[in-house]
Amino acid sequence: MLTLEDVNVYYGQVHALKGVTIEVKEGELVALLGANGAGKSTTLMTVSGILRPHSGHIHYEGRDLTRSSPYDIVQFGIGHCPEGRHIFGSLTVRENLLMGAVQRKDQAEVLSDMEWVCSLFPVLAERIRQSGATLSGGEQQMLAIGRALMGRPRLLLMDEPSLGLAPVIVQLIFRVIKQLHQQGVTILLVEQNARQALQVANLCYLMETGRVVMSGPVEALRTNPEVERIYLGGSAA
Amino acid sequence: MTTLQYLTQQGINAISIGSLYALMAIGLAMVFGILRLINFAHGDLIMVGSYGALLLLVLGTPFWVAALGGIVASTIAGLLMERVAYRPIRGAPDVSMLLTSFAVTILLENVAILVFSPTPRAFPAPSFLNSTFRFGQLQISKIDVVAIIVAVILLVLLTLFVTRTKLGISMRAASEDLLAARLMGINVNGVIATAFALGSMMAGVVGLLWSARVGKVDPLMGFYPVLKAFVASVIGGLGSLPGAVLGGFLLGFLEILLQGLLPSSLAPFRDAFVFVALIILLLFRPNGIMGSAEREKI
Amino acid sequence: MQSQRLFNLLTLLILVILTVGLLIYTELAASAYIHRIVVGLAISIILVVSLNLINGMTGVFSLGQIGFMAIGAYTAAILTLPLSIKEGNLPDLPSWLAQVELSFLPATLLAGLLAMIVAFLVGLSLMRLSGPYVSVATLGFLVIVQVILVNWDEMTRGSRTFSGVPPFTTLWWAWGWTILTIYIGWRIAQSMYGRRMIAVRDNQIAAQSLGINVMRSRLLAYCLSAFFTAVAGSLWAHFILSFSPKSFYFVETFSVITMLVIGGMGSVSGSILGAVLITVLSEILRNAERGIAIGPIDIPPVYGASQILMSIIFILVIVFRPKGLLGGREIDFNRFWSWLLLKKPGKPVIQGKEVE
Repeated sequence: MLTLEDVNVYYGQVHALKGVTIEVKEGELVALLGANGAGKSTTLMTVSGILRPHSGHIHYEGRDLTRSSPYDIVQFGIGHCPEGRHIFGSLTVRENLLMGAVQRKDQAEVLSDMEWVCSLFPVLAERIRQSGATLSGGEQQMLAIGRALMGRPRLLLMDEPSLGLAPVIVQLIFRVIKQLHQQGVTILLVEQNARQALQVANLCYLMETGRVVMSGPVEALRTNPEVERIYLGGSAA
Repeated sequence: MTTLQYLTQQGINAISIGSLYALMAIGLAMVFGILRLINFAHGDLIMVGSYGALLLLVLGTPFWVAALGGIVASTIAGLLMERVAYRPIRGAPDVSMLLTSFAVTILLENVAILVFSPTPRAFPAPSFLNSTFRFGQLQISKIDVVAIIVAVILLVLLTLFVTRTKLGISMRAASEDLLAARLMGINVNGVIATAFALGSMMAGVVGLLWSARVGKVDPLMGFYPVLKAFVASVIGGLGSLPGAVLGGFLLGFLEILLQGLLPSSLAPFRDAFVFVALIILLLFRPNGIMGSAEREKI
Repeated sequence: MQSQRLFNLLTLLILVILTVGLLIYTELAASAYIHRIVVGLAISIILVVSLNLINGMTGVFSLGQIGFMAIGAYTAAILTLPLSIKEGNLPDLPSWLAQVELSFLPATLLAGLLAMIVAFLVGLSLMRLSGPYVSVATLGFLVIVQVILVNWDEMTRGSRTFSGVPPFTTLWWAWGWTILTIYIGWRIAQSMYGRRMIAVRDNQIAAQSLGINVMRSRLLAYCLSAFFTAVAGSLWAHFILSFSPKSFYFVETFSVITMLVIGGMGSVSGSILGAVLITVLSEILRNAERGIAIGPIDIPPVYGASQILMSIIFILVIVFRPKGLLGGREIDFNRFWSWLLLKKPGKPVIQGKEVE
């Protein structure tokens, strides 16, 4: 469904992605792991069109996305739940969700999707008229995920959904991620919390300083001592 | 005149001036919110709208048509400004954007001087606007009332727009977090154009009201209004729409208050006092009233 | 690296000799018109280099520096005005001032000092603001100065022309101060302190982590800038001989900012380059404004054309070379010589060690 071929991205002078090649097949849940600064978020931002590759290609369902704008990329069905949530604090929960569906024309479906999102995360229904800034960290993360889902994405990019959240909330979020996967959403998940990620993913890519250093099915990586060395810092699982 | 009558008169004065400042400040706030651009040239949109209306009036069209024409002129000017001068430098450091708007102002003002000559021309407002309502000793000029009514209508419409329409909510979203807005697939170019269009439209309206009030137009007429609009915006907190409205009215009140309180020897220093008050405000609330009170630790 | 430094010093020496030579020629042989332009250029250079101290090197973009020029001009002029003229033009001056008549240097120094004190007091509150807020606040300062000048009739004659200023500004005074300003600007920019400031100019957190006391450095830059800007004001006052508050407002502000931006913010040589280019360009355009004949075509006088063209040039530079013609860096003499001597582009004339 999505392939990155030898993608190179520069932040000014800094070579942030070095020849990155990643493949996500339809229906898979692919985890992108690595330490801080490995280039995982950069990869997602490049897929979404915020950053432009210096060289290399990005293909999605037969289309070449390499030079596409973020607007078009959302149109093609790629949703993005960014690192640090980036919810609109001065907008209400309801308005945030509406913004997730901003490109959609089917008003009635949008509203029913909002109900569905609220069923996934009941707390959002409770706070539907509150402004985003008044939500707790976990609630904001749920809002960010819900907002991304409102676009009915076929491919969902998730960047560190568990960052800074209490374990109970993390459990809830990963339960939802698994549920979405089972419902057929293809997911590219960036995580530092390798343990949780490896529990829900099919495939895993490991990045280090801008390069993909390892990849493969999750079972193989779970027991690979290299992975432990790179950053699990001890025993995996 | 009793004290009550005097206060009422000044109060209405303040609200009327405040309305004009609020409308201008909102235009600035909308653009600043999304682009972080301080658009000095916003004042010249007032000028464009006024001259547009003047041209039509001179050609003999009825006032309503001329007014509409003026507003259309300022809207087009604003959109052109965005497309030609500001879009190419999007993403540039804030300073570059500020300076470019400076350059655009100088450009527009000099072109206007070239085309219209620097001498002010009379603005023939319809006679009904020039009269006053009288309640005993109290005199309220009709133009003040019109200004207030128009401002209230526009503000209500704008509020409905930014809370009830997808485009309006997108504008607020883009203003708060441009990156997230882009990730959601918001059409940022469209949103920015809308912000400019709305702001320019309101500048056109302010131009008409202003010209009717002072009775004339000249190429540099937008200079002081935009300065005041800045102060209003900064008072309320740059980028905040409610802040702009609040700032506009506060500034109006502050000016009228100073005018009344200052002894005649100090009266000409009124503008200086306004800026001093602004600086004092910024010391306590470095991001304006509605902005966060967070101070960067320097 | 010793050879590199020697080479740069040599180039600098050549430049200084050339400049002094040009000045001597101007003094002795050039027309009054050219003479005026060269003096005006000196004052512009002082203004731009001073502006660079604050706008180019700190995170503060001040829009109000011309206010200090006004303070400098009026203060120095009041102090040097011959007593007889003072009685006539400024009859209501407080008596202690009415009896003072100073020569050029003390008056200029006092003017600079006063500006510095004002800058210090104003800066205490303004320099803790940032971004657009400090720009608007400094603009407020400019307006405040203007309002005060226009209304303090006893001291300034209000909005009426202030005239009778003794013509003290010679080529040598102007360029002497200019060289001093350039030297100080250069020393600050080249010092470790200055380099760090520029590197983190837009990033306060980085600045603080490098141990730079942001408030103190901003205040220092602001006060120094005010001093030299006021000196420029004094030089200008004794050059133009009559002026009014209107001479120190937005048009001048934009003019100096244009010079800085075109040359490159953060660079002393860029500031000088910008001043030279804009001065020359303005003169050409001003002459063209009066209508010129190019071959068979008569271009009619176009008022304001120079302003319009300047703003267009300004916008073009911001769009295509936002960091200015020198890209915010100082002139690299090596590149200049290799370009001049048509050597391979980019290959330095003197091989220095790569600085990591």
